[in-house]
Amino acid sequence: MPDAPGLELIRGEIEQDHPGAVLDTSFDRDQPALVVDPAQIVAVLSWLRDAPGQGYTFLSSLHAADYLPAEPRFGVHYELLNRDRVERLRVKAMLADPGQGQTPQPRVLSHGEGGLVASPGQTPPPHPPPAEGKELLPEIDSCVELFPTAEFQEREVFDFFGIVFTGHPDLRRILLPDDYVGWPQRRDFPVGGEPVTFTYNERNYG
Amino acid sequence: MAEIAPAGANLETEVMTINIGPHHPATHGVLRLVVDLEGEIVRDLKPVIGYVHTGIEKSCEDKSYWKVIPFVERMDYVSYFFQMEAFCGAVERLVGLEIPPRAKYLRTIFLELNRIHSHLVWLGTTALDLGAISMLWYCFRERDKILDLFEMATGQRMHTRYFQVGGVIEDIPLGFEAKLREFIADMPVRVGQYQDLLDRNEVFLSRTKGTGIVPRERLLELGVTGPLLRAAGEPWDLRKAFDYLAYPEMDFKVPVGTVGDNYDRYRVRVAEMVESVRIVEQALDGLPEGPFIADDRKYVLPPRSELSTSMESLIHHFKLVTEGYRVEAGEVYYAIESPRGELGCYLLADGSAKPARVHIRDASFVNLQAFKDMSVGTYVADMICSLGMLDPILGGVDR
Repeated sequence: MPDAPGLELIRGEIEQDHPGAVLDTSFDRDQPALVVDPAQIVAVLSWLRDAPGQGYTFLSSLHAADYLPAEPRFGVHYELLNRDRVERLRVKAMLADPGQGQTPQPRVLSHGEGGLVASPGQTPPPHPPPAEGKELLPEIDSCVELFPTAEFQEREVFDFFGIVFTGHPDLRRILLPDDYVGWPQRRDFPVGGEPVTFTYNERNYG
Repeated sequence: MAEIAPAGANLETEVMTINIGPHHPATHGVLRLVVDLEGEIVRDLKPVIGYVHTGIEKSCEDKSYWKVIPFVERMDYVSYFFQMEAFCGAVERLVGLEIPPRAKYLRTIFLELNRIHSHLVWLGTTALDLGAISMLWYCFRERDKILDLFEMATGQRMHTRYFQVGGVIEDIPLGFEAKLREFIADMPVRVGQYQDLLDRNEVFLSRTKGTGIVPRERLLELGVTGPLLRAAGEPWDLRKAFDYLAYPEMDFKVPVGTVGDNYDRYRVRVAEMVESVRIVEQALDGLPEGPFIADDRKYVLPPRSELSTSMESLIHHFKLVTEGYRVEAGEVYYAIESPRGELGCYLLADGSAKPARVHIRDASFVNLQAFKDMSVGTYVADMICSLGMLDPILGGVDR
């Protein structure tokens, strides 16, 4: 692992080639992390991969986290690995949510008059959905060109967080069904409340 | 009425799209493959996954830290000890808890037994795909001995919930060591028998040698780790590279292949079983005395015997099993070498008693991306062989 001063050195070197790309650094629990401007993420990742003396050529993992209620809310994490020096480095890109409060509510079952009926969310969303009916999603550039391993992992992040990776060759849902509505790993998406489509329920309460 | 093609017409020009799975014995789980075939040759391939997605990562956000352990175990259901270690190790790094030496050794023993178990399941089922039916019975015979050992020490044959944050839940029982030594003496002989059955088997050799080759550079680009990468000649093993558990004190080799074909993948895994037996033996010989779980009452349950005599222990016990413990905000990524490659656990704590995000970087999920490279341009039969040698566990892929 680069230690805390080593991390600042990396930051300084990136600053020379890509001014303003690194917004912050953190060294928490012995794990170094660079917080990077999302607009320059591909430039920073390719610099870390290709610049002499860096050699972070292996992307171990790409995942996202929802830091709600912090702002900006989403973090896309790139766990880079230098296999020669056995060093890990986390690169984080923080993304704001452009469609605040416009997340479609999941369908929940309520005991209405005709038995179990599916209804939209129990509380109305605080803001009306945009008129075009197009959901606003956070966007970041895809790094599949640099690290082909990111293909499935970016699709997974899109599937669960609704983060759009522009330039991804095939950005579809990967684990959830294609017609699924909502982004279930976001923190404001409740656990449970999914209607279970047993044939018995379909027949009797359809 | 359709016109019948005259004899001798070129029947191979048409590309046909075939759906294999999701319920097919050769897909080793609920995996669907959309395959474009030109005659017998695979021209394109798309794995379709998600059929056993159960939302475990989301469910974990609703459980206090110690209750997450049985959830993560059920992701990759063949290597449950590794899932537990990835999660418990991540929590320990998050709260800064050092585990006692005996716990490190016990964890190492069970992880390596689990690795043998996982490779036995792989060897049995893959050899079955290739027509060597008897291998399944032999492999599952030895696997059952490992499960007996698990049951003796933990009470469960699968999904044991044996690792705890801070150590392991119980010390190994009387008689376990003798039984384990019996297994250690027996297992290398058995591995030799498997090799005798397969290494000169003409069918097995002709189906594995020279098939499914992907260059080492391409594997690295695709993020492939574990035996698949080592079979291509890259000696990358997290047990050697990073310092965790008792591995730095263990003397073992990292088997690597030369060509990177399916035969090398088989040889690497079989050699790994023997190395794992060596690690288990060394860990058992060097098993230190002392506590098997850390003594930090803020994170670890007090011993049962103290509950009737100590008010403080009772309070700790009550706090731990009701709310659990709160973890200061922060995040860690902790990766270990699972039987399938790098198994990472990313954990985000927000200061409450429940994790804000649990993400498992599953090796099968990432390795599956290499399947297209392994199969395009080969025969369908080789594709089935490559899939077996890839060894994906769909519970881990879909989580």
